[in-house]
Amino acid sequence: MDQQIVNALFIGSIYALFAVGYTLVFGILDILNLAHSAVFMLGAAATYTIAITHGQSFWIAAALGIAISAAMGLVIEHVCLRPLRRRQAPPIAALISTIGLALILVAAVEQGRPGTKLSWLWIDGADSVAFPAGTFPNPIWHVGDLTLEASKVVIVPISIALMLVLGYVMRYTQVGRGLRAVAENPRAARLMGLDVDRMITLTLVISSALGGLAGILFGAALGDISPYIGRDNVEVRGLAVIVLGGMGSIPGAVFGGYLLGVIEVLAAVTFGSGVRGGVAFAALFLMLVLRPQGLFGTRLRERL
Amino acid sequence: MDFFFSLFSDPVGFWNSHTLLIAQIGINSMLATSMFLVLYSGQLSLAAPGFMAIGAYTSVLMDLHWHTPLPLNIAAGVVVAGVVGFLVGLPVLRLRGVFLAIATIGFIEALRLGVILNVPITGEGLGLKNPHADPLGGVPIVLLSLAVVVFIVWRLTKGRLGNAWSAIRQDELASLSQGINVARYKMIAFVLSALIAAYAGGLEAHLNFFVDPGDSQYGVTRAVQVLTFAVLGGSGFVLGPVVGALIITLLPYIFEAAGDYINILAGAFLILVIVFRPQGIVGRGGLALVRPAWWPRARVSAVSPG
Repeated sequence: MDQQIVNALFIGSIYALFAVGYTLVFGILDILNLAHSAVFMLGAAATYTIAITHGQSFWIAAALGIAISAAMGLVIEHVCLRPLRRRQAPPIAALISTIGLALILVAAVEQGRPGTKLSWLWIDGADSVAFPAGTFPNPIWHVGDLTLEASKVVIVPISIALMLVLGYVMRYTQVGRGLRAVAENPRAARLMGLDVDRMITLTLVISSALGGLAGILFGAALGDISPYIGRDNVEVRGLAVIVLGGMGSIPGAVFGGYLLGVIEVLAAVTFGSGVRGGVAFAALFLMLVLRPQGLFGTRLRERL
Repeated sequence: MDFFFSLFSDPVGFWNSHTLLIAQIGINSMLATSMFLVLYSGQLSLAAPGFMAIGAYTSVLMDLHWHTPLPLNIAAGVVVAGVVGFLVGLPVLRLRGVFLAIATIGFIEALRLGVILNVPITGEGLGLKNPHADPLGGVPIVLLSLAVVVFIVWRLTKGRLGNAWSAIRQDELASLSQGINVARYKMIAFVLSALIAAYAGGLEAHLNFFVDPGDSQYGVTRAVQVLTFAVLGGSGFVLGPVVGALIITLLPYIFEAAGDYINILAGAFLILVIVFRPQGIVGRGGLALVRPAWWPRARVSAVSPG
């Protein structure tokens, strides 16, 4: 049971890190970026390929993986979102274009096999792979009857530190003020001389870099990297997390991530592992029905 | 391309060799029509796969345990889905936009992961065998049903209900102040869409020997797919979602030459269509072209007053 709670903290940190990126984009653009889980997957897959297939050190690979994820943020903005903004398309159109991009990314990775045109990107097709032991130092500590792996333990401080930095930037810096202004009212922000397009691009780059980092940490800690890790692990859970915490709220996403991790573990312990996913979604449903603004949301603007 | 040539050169052979594909297009079109109803009334509900699951499981279970005839089974599935739709709609229809979408995702996943995969009678994760399925005989029923469903929905959108839905979609507050009972009309659209989805689900189960509780069948993947049919096809006209379902179901054949890379092209196709036709394939207006900044513009000389 104690071990379960510790595991809930690890996986909760990953949920939180992933959901912060999700909620950042939603808070500023009022758009669900459904390509976010594909970026999560791409971060992990690119890191694995650079480290194992191309034989670089894990640290260089991880840095490049984050850089590639951040670059995907640029792609999302310039391919999926900005053209639609220019055409004043309804928000639902952005759902479809980001789904399209997610489809492309997942398909590109799953077609990567030795000898194909995409073998530089990925060589294991639809299989799930793990970093071989020794790719990065991973001491294991035993505290009481708990087993703590460094690759899992490290997730918690990384996530918390990053989220604190992000919270500081959003609250106290000029860039953060600009982002909040765009979130509040893009038109007024533009009239005040803010470059709204640049702010939105910045948001997507930060969001995607966090998503990619979450993917790398997930892949390193759980030893499960495949084209489907985004879809299977975080796509819908990310939605649950941002709803639990309150849409668009960064502290909410962090809290929601840990809350979902704990809810899932408690449900698995109480009712058996079969209902684990179902209980999480029932919680999501109840939260939306009883308190749609979430735990940390203060107001519910009219949307769509 | 052989696929499309055979459609014209040998229609009978085409029908015989692609019966299941045609049935799938019919089912998908019905689901897209169910999605159209909710979108038309301004609700972004992704609950269709949940109601499909209810329709499919109800009808197959009745057949397995009570050996009742098919029409009764499907009707029972539709009724159960209607009741569930009403009960689910009561709390969730207060939500708008993305919030409604997420709540309905919560509903379908709680139903699939929490109930269907854990109740012994549904076969849990193993799915359900359906020995009385009739893959070939069911196709005419599917196509006929599709025609009837599309016709009924088209008539509904032209009447009083349709006007109310349109008004609610365009401005909920304004229609409320005009005396339109917004909650009631939204509920009607939601329950009707649940009925259609359950009907399509029951028919689909009748076409397959196996009811599979997987994500691509009754989960979020299916919900997103159905949403794509409706939005890409164009959700302003009844035929839009049907066209969307037709084109997306046929994408593997349209891009036959791409082979394994089909999904990459399909994704690019989605993005291109939605960028240049944000209103969908079927709809008013032409391509949404935006002049790039470097494009030469007509010079407007400022006329000074006085």
